[in-house]
Amino acid sequence: MEDDAPVIYGLEFQIHIIDFDDENNIISKSVLQHQAGEIWHISASPADKAVLTTCYNKTSESRVVTCGAVWRMPPEWESGSHESPDDPHNSHNPQNLELLCHLDNSSHGNASCVLWEPMGDGKCVISLADNHALLWDLTESSTQATISSSATLEGKGQLKFTAGKWSPHHNCTQLATANDTAIRGWDLRTMSQIYCIENAHGQLVRDLDFNPNKQYYLASCGDDCKVKFWDVRNINEPVKNLEEHSHWVWSVRYNHSHDQLVLTGSSDSRVILSNMVSISSEPFGHLVDDDDLSDAEDNHQDEKTKEPLQDSIISTYEEHEDSVYAVEWSSADPWLFASLSYDGRLVINRVPRALKYHILL
Amino acid sequence: MDGDICATDTATTPPDSDPARKRRVHGMLKLYYGLNEEGKTVDQAESMNPCDINGTHFDPEVYLNKLRRECSLGELMDQESCMVKQIRSLDSDMQTLVYENYNKFISATDTIRKMKNDFKKMEDEMDCLSTNMAAITEFSAHISGTLQDQHAQITKLSGVHTLLRKLQFLFELPARLNKCLELQAYSQAVSSHRRARCVLQQYSHMPSFRGIQDDCHAIMDKLAQELRQKFRDGGSSAEDLSECVELLLQLDEPAEELCDKFLSHAQSRLEANLRGLEAETDILEFIDRGCNEFVSSLCLVIASYQELFVNRPQEGNLASKDIPHMAIGKLHAFVDALATCYFSLVERRIQEEKSVGDNSLLVRALDRFHRRLQAVAKLLPGSAVPSQGTEIVVRAARERIKQYLAALQSFYLDSLRDVRQALAAPRLATGKDAPASLPELLSSLSASILNQIKSVLASVHLFTAKDITFSNKPYFKGEFCSQGVRESLVVNFIKFVCQSSRQFCESAGDRGGSTPPALLLLLSRLCLDYETSTITYILTLTDEQFLVQHHSPVTAVAALCGEARGAAQKLLNHYVKVQGLIISQMLRKSVETRDWVNTIEPRNVRAVMKRVVEDTTSIDVQVGLLYEEGVRKAHSSDSSKRTFSVYSGSRQQTRYAPSYAPSAPMDTNLLSNIHKLFSERIDIFSPVEFNKVSVLTGIIKISLKTFLECVRLRTFGRYGLQQIQVDCNYLQMYLWRFVSDENLVHFLLDEIVGSTAHRCLDPAPMEQSVIEVICERG
Repeated sequence: MEDDAPVIYGLEFQIHIIDFDDENNIISKSVLQHQAGEIWHISASPADKAVLTTCYNKTSESRVVTCGAVWRMPPEWESGSHESPDDPHNSHNPQNLELLCHLDNSSHGNASCVLWEPMGDGKCVISLADNHALLWDLTESSTQATISSSATLEGKGQLKFTAGKWSPHHNCTQLATANDTAIRGWDLRTMSQIYCIENAHGQLVRDLDFNPNKQYYLASCGDDCKVKFWDVRNINEPVKNLEEHSHWVWSVRYNHSHDQLVLTGSSDSRVILSNMVSISSEPFGHLVDDDDLSDAEDNHQDEKTKEPLQDSIISTYEEHEDSVYAVEWSSADPWLFASLSYDGRLVINRVPRALKYHILL
Repeated sequence: MDGDICATDTATTPPDSDPARKRRVHGMLKLYYGLNEEGKTVDQAESMNPCDINGTHFDPEVYLNKLRRECSLGELMDQESCMVKQIRSLDSDMQTLVYENYNKFISATDTIRKMKNDFKKMEDEMDCLSTNMAAITEFSAHISGTLQDQHAQITKLSGVHTLLRKLQFLFELPARLNKCLELQAYSQAVSSHRRARCVLQQYSHMPSFRGIQDDCHAIMDKLAQELRQKFRDGGSSAEDLSECVELLLQLDEPAEELCDKFLSHAQSRLEANLRGLEAETDILEFIDRGCNEFVSSLCLVIASYQELFVNRPQEGNLASKDIPHMAIGKLHAFVDALATCYFSLVERRIQEEKSVGDNSLLVRALDRFHRRLQAVAKLLPGSAVPSQGTEIVVRAARERIKQYLAALQSFYLDSLRDVRQALAAPRLATGKDAPASLPELLSSLSASILNQIKSVLASVHLFTAKDITFSNKPYFKGEFCSQGVRESLVVNFIKFVCQSSRQFCESAGDRGGSTPPALLLLLSRLCLDYETSTITYILTLTDEQFLVQHHSPVTAVAALCGEARGAAQKLLNHYVKVQGLIISQMLRKSVETRDWVNTIEPRNVRAVMKRVVEDTTSIDVQVGLLYEEGVRKAHSSDSSKRTFSVYSGSRQQTRYAPSYAPSAPMDTNLLSNIHKLFSERIDIFSPVEFNKVSVLTGIIKISLKTFLECVRLRTFGRYGLQQIQVDCNYLQMYLWRFVSDENLVHFLLDEIVGSTAHRCLDPAPMEQSVIEVICERG
């Protein structure tokens, strides 16, 4: 089976497209040149699999500026990907990305990340630049971008957004951002702040993710080695704390379909997969729909509801030798995930089979 | 004579003379003591011997023949002369006996003759006497015959007189009763009436007696009325009341009603006592008054009640059988009701006793309270009152333990606040070398807590003192000691100390370290001390003071120690985190705020690095005050001078150069990866051990890891890289001495320089010699 959306990771100046053949356990990759500069953030369009955005460092003689841009991958990469992975020819002749447009924000400062509208038609992106959140409208062909609205974070000192996430709920009208130790929610219709969790973490907040199935639930991670789960309706206390990592947690991701599975990557070189059943959308296990219930299943379900499910660490992956900066679930197979560390090692793992069946059955 | 025979025997039969003599002696003894057999035969043999000159069967012929046959002439001669001599002496003996007894015979004869004369005279007088007696008898019979009739008359007369007297008493009775009534001599009246009652009852069919009876009844009713009135008035003393009751009972008043009245009367008085109690403020006075007024009058009431109703001798039909039974039942109900009121008052009062300063007052009060109730127990054996009283005491003791626990806890928190202020105050005054007195603070805190525990134990110990009456109750012997004092008080307090310490970690963690790190360190040491010695000491002390006889499960020392150790570990970990964070923040700010691309060529070590080393040194001092040194791996001969730039430079070549060559991405990190495969994984925020080196290693690890991560997020120019090289070299020079394994510092600093080179636009490293010159100058 060929993955529909390949896992993508960036190494300076190059974009590698990795294909993972699940059945044969074969990895193949294509390399695209990103000549504009070193890439700090990358995200793919939800509508067009060939379109992606990057945030990259542009270095002139005396200064480093981070910019955002929309790119299109050349159509040939797909044919190239079918070649065997150890074919040196492929990596020797990398193709260039085709620039669609710059998200020109010279007046707003350095872009830290660009977010696509979740499940949108690929015409809306948000870029976070220093203390501004900018909402861009793209044209049909994505060749032109205009700022439709913007929000600015005001406060003492040099405020800077470090991370952000566009909520898939509420008709995609909400955005969550992190700056220093605070997490803020924004309403995109008015571009105004809805909530603010001051001191969400003891130290810098590194990443955020929305629960795909529970609209008010949000996961955050940061330099205090903790992963916290929030109900944004009650921001005084986190719903749950996880303290398993021994250094900064850089990335947290909910599984797209089974939101009890939470993946975290940390600079202690570990990736941890946890099972947060108690705060998931299926706190009593997988509930069969009423229509499907036969009598036998009815009994079965009763049994299931009786046994309390415990939050637990499923497993800790220690394949990485250096800090893990990104973890991501596969968008095609909910049981597959990848993690990337400083030394350029990409590790693809599966959810343990026993747990998979436990969740499914 | 006997001896002579023997002599002859010996002469004649010398060989067996000795045993024979012995036998004779034996024989005589046996004869004397009534034994026979041998003696008998000897006797017979002797007596039957015809040759025995002293025997009864002596035959002179045989003897003579025998002599003649057996003896020589000389011997015969001797024998003869001896015989003559013996005969002569026997004759003279006989003569002497005759002379001696002759006089006696003569006097005896005289006496007998005289007696004969006297008896004759006496016979004559006896005859005379018998004739006289006959005459007297005759006269006496004559007299009695004449007096017979008169005697019968007198007897009859006296009977009539008695009857008349009785009748007079009866007729006078109403008047007498009236008079008694006037004089208020009730008891006399009642006794008079009782004497007459039966008779009147018996003859009530006769009209005259009936009249008397009716009169009496009327009067007695009136009297009873008056008695009841008196009884109801209540003004009279207890003795008066008792008398009243007794009289009324004798008047056949229904006992039940009397009981009720008596009790209700007593109740009103006792309730007045209780009301008086409510005004008291001092607990001891309160109990005193309660005891002296309420309890003692209650006892009095019980005693007199029992005297009146329960212990009465059964008097025929007056006291029906179930009076004592009924009376006891009523008494119990009465006592219970009053005691309940009293107890609720006492309990309310005891609950108001919140101040924990002096326990002895309360204990004394409780003791008095309990002691006085024993009197009730003695008077009223089946009553539930004493046991309820004991329960109150038990509850009070439990409450007291809770209060002491709360007091200990608040004392502990207060001491912590003091310590906190002490830690904060000199910092304001003299700058950052505040924790100079850390060990003193620790020891004073520890000592004051221990003293407080001891004083509380002493206070609580009063409950079990020997002279306290309730101390020998099973609760105070067993459960109070083990569950109460040991578990609820001591163990709970220790747990509280551990838990509150843990809370410092949690609350402070998210709210930006509101707890000063020194306090964390101090508490950690405190908990560790608790684990190693204090807990054992306190519990041993407790067990000794309160000899625990109760065998309920108690918290083991080991479990508490484990908890304390856990708390100590957590606090120390937190201390490391907080201190590490402070230094990390400095490093992070210093990396983030600088423009590393356009920086100038390094001439100095950056100030922030000096600050880091200074802070680390002061932390080292701080921790060293409370914790031991700990072990570290052997240093290399010249730790501070170790050149890592060469190494990192070479690595940088392999790591860095190919990154510009997109053709071989696989080789890029091969070397560093291989290197890392063989070096151990470093846990940055990992638990530390209880020693200085481990603590500082933890702090330095956190700081350097932060430095590393921050560097990776930045882009550097040539001089930026060189500046980092200088900084790292400086850190290398000073930090190695603090950590357990200097290789750790080397590794992290290598990583920092390596990563910087990786992030550098123009990676031209500085010469090691230049770096050293700069560092030494700085």
